[in-house]
Amino acid sequence: MKKVFLTGNEAIARGAYEYGVTFASAYPGTPSTEILENIAKYSEIYAEWAPNEKVALEAAVGASMAGARAIVSMKHVGLNVAADPLFTLAYTGVNGGLVIVTADDPGMHSSQNEQDNRNFAPFAKIPMLEPSDSQEAKDLVGEALKISEMFETPVLFRTTTRISHSRSVVQIGERQPAEIKPYVKNQEKFAMIPGFARKRRLILKEKLQALEEYSEKFPYNRIEWGINQDIGIITSGISYQYVKEVFGDEVSVLKLTMTFPLPKKLIASFAEKVKEVYVVEELDPYLENQIKAMGIKVKGKEVIPEIGELSPEILRERLKREKVTVAFKPYTAVPSRPPVLCPGCPHRGIFYVLKKMKAVVTSDIGCYSLGVLPPLESIDSILCMGASISMGHGFKKAYEANGKDAPVITVIGDSTFLHSGITSLMDAVYNRSNTINIIVDNSITAMTGHQHHPGTGYNAKEEPAPAVSLEAICKALGVENVSVVDSYDLKAFEDAVKNAMNHKDGPSVIIARRACALLKGKGPKGLYAVNEEKCKKCKICLRLGCPAIQVSGDRVFINPLSCVGCAVCVQVCPFGSIEKVGDN
Amino acid sequence: MAVKSVFISGVGGQGTILAGKVITTALVNQGYDVKMSEVHGMAQRGGSVITQIRYGDRVYSPLIEKGRADVLLAFEKLEAVRYIDYLSPNSTLILNDLEMPPASVLTGKEAYPQDIVPRLKEEIKNIIVVNAVNIARECGEIRAQNMVLVGVLARVMDWSKNAFIEVIRQVVSPKYVQVNINAFERGWELNV
Repeated sequence: MKKVFLTGNEAIARGAYEYGVTFASAYPGTPSTEILENIAKYSEIYAEWAPNEKVALEAAVGASMAGARAIVSMKHVGLNVAADPLFTLAYTGVNGGLVIVTADDPGMHSSQNEQDNRNFAPFAKIPMLEPSDSQEAKDLVGEALKISEMFETPVLFRTTTRISHSRSVVQIGERQPAEIKPYVKNQEKFAMIPGFARKRRLILKEKLQALEEYSEKFPYNRIEWGINQDIGIITSGISYQYVKEVFGDEVSVLKLTMTFPLPKKLIASFAEKVKEVYVVEELDPYLENQIKAMGIKVKGKEVIPEIGELSPEILRERLKREKVTVAFKPYTAVPSRPPVLCPGCPHRGIFYVLKKMKAVVTSDIGCYSLGVLPPLESIDSILCMGASISMGHGFKKAYEANGKDAPVITVIGDSTFLHSGITSLMDAVYNRSNTINIIVDNSITAMTGHQHHPGTGYNAKEEPAPAVSLEAICKALGVENVSVVDSYDLKAFEDAVKNAMNHKDGPSVIIARRACALLKGKGPKGLYAVNEEKCKKCKICLRLGCPAIQVSGDRVFINPLSCVGCAVCVQVCPFGSIEKVGDN
Repeated sequence: MAVKSVFISGVGGQGTILAGKVITTALVNQGYDVKMSEVHGMAQRGGSVITQIRYGDRVYSPLIEKGRADVLLAFEKLEAVRYIDYLSPNSTLILNDLEMPPASVLTGKEAYPQDIVPRLKEEIKNIIVVNAVNIARECGEIRAQNMVLVGVLARVMDWSKNAFIEVIRQVVSPKYVQVNINAFERGWELNV
């Protein structure tokens, strides 16, 4: 057996490989992205980026219906997008094993909310497994596929940032190819008209009862008796590691891995044998509420916070009641360091121009979300994938209906537009919305680390693929005023916005196009510097918020190590004092 | 062996992730149980980034508790003072003597504190201040500052030098192997 050091996401990919998965689909989203990226490296598995999570899940459902083992992965909010197929999928069940990975982000390291997707399991009525390290992440993919095929159900596989992005040692094995199961036409199972769905609903109820029995004997749900049997802790996922870190074998632990359906008898017998039961879980009182509903007295959220990430020191302080001594206090009055748009980022100039426009700007999810921060501060709203265009439309219509007026500009990325912006734009066309919609097209899914999408011309395996044309889509939807500008050309962009402001018969689209400056071989070239003789120290260039432009006392200079040569600053300097000095 | 913890802080793009990879690969190769946690996504865009490494006979939590890191390896001065609460009175701070102004300083809204090194020297008994950028520049590749710092860390932690050189050969792209090994050795030889 070979030992390797894998992130949870790499381990899940390895599990997909070892346990015979042949179909994988996903839409990128932190902290889930690397699952599909790593699966795509295995030639034995067909792997694809889907335009969004709903499509990814539906494609995986089709693969499962065909009899193949399939896996689909997404971030927590992605499962909201995929919720429609998910809930009815519980009724139809599967043919080939189907694993749905949801990677949650407690603490919102890179997300707009911290919803606890464990709640989806009882809501959608599908079983759920929660790994607590990379070894389990790999092994449980196999268990999940087994359960999926044994009970003909999809299995929810729930990780969190600290599982997905932590590395630990994993014993890996060989691939065990799974033979594709025969597909037999079965309309009562797969075609959910109400008459068939009512029957499947009853079957689902029986399935869940059988799954509960399975959960009772599932070996990954286990009791670890400690020296002290007075205190018992029920926990799962990463929280299990924190409990063991802080308490070792001082207390008794019931580690739950199949967290839906819960092994009620196992929990009851554990609770009976200890004097006091605590539930240690991150985010919602998911286990706690179900255990309390069983009539068992436990303590949970009155001790453990329900907001933000859990940590060993929280347990040490709140549960073990040890004082955490800090020898050195962090300096609080020091400048913070929020993430910023990279030097040469094509989004920078767009937001610089938009700030001058004094418009309402609804925006979306991606690197360009950073346009909300100073000094650009051009964005009014960020809600969810695809919301920019539809929210802008609603805002504009509500103003018009109430006799008010304001220019409304929406900003969405290329990947996000293809994910869920197209239907929003259709709404704006169909209902004659006078909004200006900017697609900031950096030709990649950038924020999550450069994943391809249907517009880039490459697929998940880096093979050439048909590229969707954004302008053709917009025109096909009926947008009459479509223009394409270079994101680095501030005047052309400003002119396009002004032109769109005069277009009063339906929405306009401006595609501001320029590849992400970090894309290999596609970034700009050149090195710029401030000519100090010409510089009047007006500091207008600092309004770009470019990390390469720095100020030292009164002097403004460009850091040659950071400058990539986009020349956007050249266009904002009123005195022509920024000059090209070389090639990068 | 009791679990040891190394906390790495820096700025997105400084090479902390590669440093973490080199360190953990070397530790895994030596048979330790190892866990490492890092944050990806939005935070990487020039923001404050941290990597936490724990190793020993049996490691549970990938996260280090405050006051319990054996070493804080700070790639930048502000990123040191943000996380010194992770140190105990006996642990070591390895500080890259580098100032990377964040956006608020670049735009002149806030000032970069100028007293960080003297303050930390006064406060922390075991402090090693390294000018990794200068050393890396002398090695011929300024971006190899991360390997200079890994070299200092390896010496402080009493890790096998050869194990690290072997790992650098494995994980660094061939073009940059030698400069990274040189940078590592220069860090190791600081003998602080």
